[in-house]
Amino acid sequence: MQTPFTSRRSFLASAGATGVALAAAGLPMPAIAQGLAPTQTMRGGSNNYRPGAPLVDRLGSGFWVRGRVRRAGDGALLQNVRIQIWAATTLGGEREPANHGSVMTDSEGRFALEMEQIVPNFGQPHAHLAYDDADFQTVFLRPVMPSPSDTSLATEFVLAPA
Amino acid sequence: MSRLRATGVAIWAGLALLAVGPVVLAAFSPYLAYRGPLYILGGFAGIVGLSLLLTQPLLAAGDLPGARGPDGRRWHRWMGWGLVACVAAHIVGLFVTSPPDTIDALLLVAPTPFSVWGVIALWSTVATAILVALRRRMEARIWRVAHNAVALLLVVATVIHAVQIEGAMEQVSKWALGLAAIAASALAVARLRILRPLLRRRARA
Repeated sequence: MQTPFTSRRSFLASAGATGVALAAAGLPMPAIAQGLAPTQTMRGGSNNYRPGAPLVDRLGSGFWVRGRVRRAGDGALLQNVRIQIWAATTLGGEREPANHGSVMTDSEGRFALEMEQIVPNFGQPHAHLAYDDADFQTVFLRPVMPSPSDTSLATEFVLAPA
Repeated sequence: MSRLRATGVAIWAGLALLAVGPVVLAAFSPYLAYRGPLYILGGFAGIVGLSLLLTQPLLAAGDLPGARGPDGRRWHRWMGWGLVACVAAHIVGLFVTSPPDTIDALLLVAPTPFSVWGVIALWSTVATAILVALRRRMEARIWRVAHNAVALLLVVATVIHAVQIEGAMEQVSKWALGLAAIAASALAVARLRILRPLLRRRARA
């Protein structure tokens, strides 16, 4: 189950790198950009979701959940998009309210949330992320950490208009 | 006699190390501090269940000094019901902790690759319990083959389930217990169902 995620992430990473390289070279790239497919919701991604997690500065310290949000098709970086994040940490399980928070993307489409160390839950160390607002189609992610001792994880949303 | 006794002590010590060791090591896992009581209970029900999978073939085959023959088989029967209780407690504990994750696993739509093996082990346990209930109504030879086939599947599926899980169990003791359970089950079936009938047939000829 990890393989599709890894390959999708590496695909997105390489597609992103190609895009950056082309943009840096000052080349127009409409054909490539229009091919950017939306991120699919992952299996189990919405488990223990509590809609409307409060906007927070941080949920703890020591572990960073980072990511970027782009628009499907043209790949535009999306500012001011709310991403909801939750995970089992040293504070408790995924249903623990203190482990749920929302952050907004910045002008470069980036978001970051510092929280307590994520610990393995139901057999895998993983986080949950959601985009669940009006402008784009809802997406739930469930990235798995390669190692439970990792202190950060990064992911990406490519959102399709609602 | 003293040599026999030394062998007996060694067998029980080995069993204690392989079957109880993983439970003790898991009890020292730092993850337990971050879990609720029912999650911990459900997890340990799974670990104890895995330990029983090593004890069961040894009891059935009469390999444990002090619990051979009918005594061993009586213990095997009781431990079998203990195993059913462990599986039930495992699922209930996990369900209370996270209903959506548990339902996903039971419906085979969970993202975790070990879930499907857990479900195979669950239904193998149910099948074994049904077989035990039907024992008197079945021909003995067919019953034994069915029981052994389902039991072997149960053991292998449980071990594959367990070793893929990143959780409270310590890795080396988990692998050692899992491989010992598979080896003990395979050897018990080979001895009781293949070797012994062959020797009996030869003795008769």
